[in-house]
Amino acid sequence: MPEEVLQAPLVLEYPFTRTTGPVVGRFLTGLRERVVLGVKRADGTVMCPPLEYDPANASALDEMVEVGQSGVVVSWSWGGPRREQQPFDQPVAWALIQLDGTDTPMLHAVLVGGPEQMSTGMRVQIKWREEREGHITDICGFVPESDETGPKASATVDLDSVEAVESVRTPIRLNYSYTPGRALSEYLYAMKDKRIIGDRCGDTGQVFVPPRGVSPVAGKATTGMVDLPDVGYVESFNITRVPIAARPDLQPPYCSAWIVLDGASVGFMGLVINCELESVRLGMRVRAVWKPDEELGISATNILGWEPTGEPDEVIADIERIGRVGAQQTRRGAERGGVDSQQRGAL
Amino acid sequence: MAKERTAVIGVGQTKYASTRGDVSMAGLLREAAQRALDSAHKTWSDIDAVVMGKAPDFFEGVMMPEIYLAEALGCVGKPIMRVHTAGSVGGSTACVAASMVQSRVHSTVLTIAWEKQSESNAMWALSLPQPFTTSVNAGAGGYFSPIMRRYMAMSNAPELIGCLVAFKDRQQALKNPYAHLHQPDLTFEQVVESPMLWDPIRYSETCPSSDGACAMVLTDEAGGDAHDGPVAWVAGTAMRSESNSYGGRNMVSPAASEQCADDVFAQAGIHDRRAEIDAVEMYVPFSWYEPMWLESLGFAEKGKGWQLVESGATKLEGGDLPVNCSGGVLSSNAIGASGMIRFAEAALQVMGEAGEHQVDGARTAFGHAYGGGAQYFAMWIVAKDK
Repeated sequence: MPEEVLQAPLVLEYPFTRTTGPVVGRFLTGLRERVVLGVKRADGTVMCPPLEYDPANASALDEMVEVGQSGVVVSWSWGGPRREQQPFDQPVAWALIQLDGTDTPMLHAVLVGGPEQMSTGMRVQIKWREEREGHITDICGFVPESDETGPKASATVDLDSVEAVESVRTPIRLNYSYTPGRALSEYLYAMKDKRIIGDRCGDTGQVFVPPRGVSPVAGKATTGMVDLPDVGYVESFNITRVPIAARPDLQPPYCSAWIVLDGASVGFMGLVINCELESVRLGMRVRAVWKPDEELGISATNILGWEPTGEPDEVIADIERIGRVGAQQTRRGAERGGVDSQQRGAL
Repeated sequence: MAKERTAVIGVGQTKYASTRGDVSMAGLLREAAQRALDSAHKTWSDIDAVVMGKAPDFFEGVMMPEIYLAEALGCVGKPIMRVHTAGSVGGSTACVAASMVQSRVHSTVLTIAWEKQSESNAMWALSLPQPFTTSVNAGAGGYFSPIMRRYMAMSNAPELIGCLVAFKDRQQALKNPYAHLHQPDLTFEQVVESPMLWDPIRYSETCPSSDGACAMVLTDEAGGDAHDGPVAWVAGTAMRSESNSYGGRNMVSPAASEQCADDVFAQAGIHDRRAEIDAVEMYVPFSWYEPMWLESLGFAEKGKGWQLVESGATKLEGGDLPVNCSGGVLSSNAIGASGMIRFAEAALQVMGEAGEHQVDGARTAFGHAYGGGAQYFAMWIVAKDK
């Protein structure tokens, strides 16, 4: 293989909404008002943060009680250098902190200068964020109890009289390094030269495009690349009036179609362009519309879409004909007389 | 050694809705699970294991939610397992749960499936960006609509068959208090005139986006015999999958679908599928999948499934093969739960517990789910008699 396997960054992000339910919602409402709540279990022990259901016996829990804003470090580890996605402006210790009046520890950060300032059994207290919204990050972190942290919370607020937190936004961002693998890399390099390649199953002769390296019918590595023409036909299609979030450039309506290239055993999806959408039909012959030469890259986006060739339609009434008999045997519509009028009428 | 006979003794569902903003994900599951336990006359301590399923994690953005949900489902100290087969997962989950009892690994199993679609956007999750290429189709409708057009062309079906299915399912949903869409004033003309989203599929021919959960309690033969209430006996379960792209693949009626159906009907000893099945709950997220699956599953000859729809044979009122009396996926689509809802609704029919959408005298019912690019299949047959 002449070229390197391709690689590119892939970022997936979405601002998910999380419905809190009554118990966690009450806890978060409390944080916004600088009140910390735990939940009481049947045996009288208190869990903080609260859970909706008892881990020991699955019973529903709903008795919320106020707990202390100071507590003891049960265990801890130094967090190392600050990482970009952490909501802290300094390195932190991760600690299990059992607040006064609770029986289970809470995982949070202790804001100290270094691990030498941490010890199991040390007492810490909450440092509240100035702007609070009803989120676990309303707690900036914990600091050693002796430090100046401003006034302690007044527990006088009536949580029933303030707006309850019912949901939180939890934006998520994942950074991947994506590789399309060897077969697809070769396909993408060929695209730069306006070539379309597929790969062949050594057992069945089926040709897959884009190439996939492994035959899904034989379960074996494919045996080599095949050059395919940039012409084929529309196996089926829709006319879509729904936008694609990732394609602001693509204005509905547009035509998404399964395109089967001459010599290929499988179709792939592409856009049919440069024609009236009403004229698109099953079996219509199409050719690739390439980007201008100076804009070609190592990318499948080099093909802008597929436009009609004007040739007679392909006959595709027998859906299982494709591939089973091998692509080279597909007969052209001209030899069969085109899609019969009754079938077209049904569309 | 023969399989242990397995019985459904409890079914629980939440109300399906576009947003269940009043409950957390755990609270949503708990609601369905508690209802299933109540109808099974069981408590949390009677459950030996929990088998759960949902669609991919991107649909809500909670990684491995089965771990966080253990406390809510009474799983602490018990086996917990998650099944993962895309849209068919609700059905596959029930099949796996049944196999736990059939194999005598566990006596009584809680199985549950869910989705809380309001926390995200499934169309986003189904259209994740990929480097070196670009999206050319919009969501599941973009993928499946060309396949439906192929069916229309192959079968010469009249253009409005899909609208008949959609109207039927929305009418039947009015008899199901749990259904998401209740549209009492909807007319057939409004279905026909609703905007084309993925021509040939109209807005009203597509499923909604729902929050919801569905649960069942399965138990062994002794448990089924001892249960003081209606029981659905599992007469067969089957799962199959195939690659979503290979030469010669019949995308309208995938080989895996036909093989899965052959397997499950053989297990249940059913020869004349249309005559012997009293109620069908199958996965129809887009209207035309009703006639397509009727053919693929052997309820109708190839090319003739649409005639069953047109004749009214698949209606609850007066049909001999009622399909989706609950309103189906077209009326409630909590994706991960949708397959299990089909299985549970089939069970409710033979238990005589389907309320207003009960098929009179139903003794044998068929539950069906599919997922991915129509490449994962799960089916079961349940019967009133052992």
